[in-house]
Amino acid sequence: MVPVGWYMGLAAALFLIGALGMLLRRNALVMFMCIELMLNAVNLTLISAGRAMNDLNGQVAVFFILVVAAAEVVVGLAIIVAIFRRRATASVDELSELRG
Amino acid sequence: MIGESMVEPILFVVMGITALAGAVTVVIAKNPIYSAMGLLGTLFSVAVLYVVQLAHLVAAVQVIVYAGAVMTLFLFVIMLVGVDKEENREETLPLQRVWVGALAGVVIVFAAVVTFVGDFDWVTGGTTATDPEATNGTIEAIAEPLFTDWVLAFEATALLLTIAAAGAIALAQFRRRRT
Repeated sequence: MVPVGWYMGLAAALFLIGALGMLLRRNALVMFMCIELMLNAVNLTLISAGRAMNDLNGQVAVFFILVVAAAEVVVGLAIIVAIFRRRATASVDELSELRG
Repeated sequence: MIGESMVEPILFVVMGITALAGAVTVVIAKNPIYSAMGLLGTLFSVAVLYVVQLAHLVAAVQVIVYAGAVMTLFLFVIMLVGVDKEENREETLPLQRVWVGALAGVVIVFAAVVTFVGDFDWVTGGTTATDPEATNGTIEAIAEPLFTDWVLAFEATALLLTIAAAGAIALAQFRRRRT
């Protein structure tokens, strides 16, 4: 059996790669995918910790996170498409009207 | 022959490498389609890791909802928005990547030290003997707490999904105001 720490390490690496992508990329779609990557890393953490603690509620929490992530993707992609129809760009650098 | 106790470590190593490779592909691929494919690989690998940890229902939902619905939606939008435009990768803030790299290195070292030196008792409360029956995530086992302890949250997510669908339709209907 694999120790829970190994799963935590893998999840940390996945989260780190997602955060790096969020910081380095400028395409809104790729940034969105990096958010999904980070959500998955956290889900893996919850499942591993739930198994180590003999607690089924970790899996219930992951179930809820999946539902909320699906709703988030629906709204986020709709916003990206709406912006693209107005501005014909998906680069976050060109969408800077809201800066202070 | 491989003993039964070796199945989980082998699956962990193979699927961990696949998941990391997919994640790296998401970040470094120039074409967003390749990014989506990398994310798909990561999602499937993580689903296998769920199955290894007896989270059967969550793994099935992960494959159906994420790899099925969400990735299809992503691919639709990528095709719609267009993939032919080159992303501007020039730096406007000097030393930005150096700082990000240094920060990432610190986090990696910290995670590695915590993972392999610490024994994670402070995370999981010190239980060492895991009971496979207690966390066997079959549909019945998940449904029992879902419809008793968490029924309010369950109803709230149903409402959230309805609102999200209505919001997406409203955004799609949005037209530039006539002046």
